Amino acid sequence: MAVDATVPRLIRYRATNICVSRGGDRILTDVSLTLQPGDAVMLRGPNGAGKTTLLRALAGLLRLDSGAIAVEDAATGEIVPDADPVVYCGPLNATKSALSVDENLAFWAALYRAPKERIGEARAAFGLDGFAGRRAGALSTGLARRLGLARLIIAQKPIWLVDEPTASLDSRSAEVFSSLVERHRNSGGAAVIATHDGVDLDRARRVELACGAAQ
Amino acid sequence: MRALSAIILRDLKLAFRAGGGSMQAVSFFAIVIVLFALAIGPDIPLISKIASPLLWACALLSTLISLDQIYRADREDGSLDVIVATSEELVVTCVAKAAAHWLSTGLPLILATPALAILLNLEAGAYGPLILSLLIGTPGLSLIGAFAAALTVSLPRASLLISIIVSPLFVPILIFGSGAATAGAGGDPQFMSNLMLLGASTLFAAIFAPLASAAALRSNLD
Repeated sequence: MAVDATVPRLIRYRATNICVSRGGDRILTDVSLTLQPGDAVMLRGPNGAGKTTLLRALAGLLRLDSGAIAVEDAATGEIVPDADPVVYCGPLNATKSALSVDENLAFWAALYRAPKERIGEARAAFGLDGFAGRRAGALSTGLARRLGLARLIIAQKPIWLVDEPTASLDSRSAEVFSSLVERHRNSGGAAVIATHDGVDLDRARRVELACGAAQ
Repeated sequence: MRALSAIILRDLKLAFRAGGGSMQAVSFFAIVIVLFALAIGPDIPLISKIASPLLWACALLSTLISLDQIYRADREDGSLDVIVATSEELVVTCVAKAAAHWLSTGLPLILATPALAILLNLEAGAYGPLILSLLIGTPGLSLIGAFAAALTVSLPRASLLISIIVSPLFVPILIFGSGAATAGAGGDPQFMSNLMLLGASTLFAAIFAPLASAAALRSNLD
């Protein structure tokens, strides 16, 4: 569980009046969200309210119809250009079933330009030490989800965007995940978590999405 | 660089492990050539005359059947999001994906070509020009093919659509490649001009296909 989650620079992440369409339908209209260091946002809403769309838009994976996303230095308020502060963990685990747990982690470490030592940290953080050499395809659903979530530790970005992290986790693993989020917040990071249940965080803001607009 | 080499190495590992696309393309290549050899029968002058064009056309078809998975597998398991989100320059990442496809499909096809050429009684002097033209032309096939794969990544059962998209784009490479291989075997002066036009086709694909792939991937993530 020894995770070095130091964030080099405290940042504020600000989305202003973002509108997103998918397949021609407007899903999000004028959603604004500001993440201060240490913030946690629990994103809730019925199916189809646009939770995943919002997370993907915040991650920069969807084109915005309008609105803007800005990254500011939390201390000075200056805009940080070319900041890449986000790691997005979608509902899919992004693992290759033919590769071993460590090979999957090493691939992410290369993509996120993380030092190799972090592979071991991520594995330990999610209790995957006993499975380092096992093919990801041979993991149970819950273990595979833990492997998918290990991206958060590998990437070590200040903003975590996580979609349904605990859907297939047992209660103990869900607690481990919550404690990792707390540790991340304590070191100045922030997290947006779309969830129906499972994650229990102190001082978390709740954002309800309904009919395509944050309320 | 570390990210790009990681993508290429990972794709190669996946292609050569069980269920990977590499052996599939090579087996298809071998099967089609053997079937042609059997169908044409013992007419040795005919078969050795058409050996080079036949090997070129079949190498192209074998490339075609492997294109569908270039981006689809990554999209279906969520890896494509990670790759796009971490790309400093998506165009360069698209070059890496096409390079991985060529290393896992184009190169094994070229390595299998001499063995299959024996089956078609290819003349001794024709091996060099054939292999050289394949080495220059098949990277172009991978680049164009990767573009079609990116364009259709969000569509179900896109193999047919990919074939329709790439066929006209593959035609110059097939004509100049096969032309160079045939002319080179006969000592024809057209060899160099064919080879240069083939190189130009591949270079043209190397510039425009990754740009188009990156744009297609971005719009398909929506």
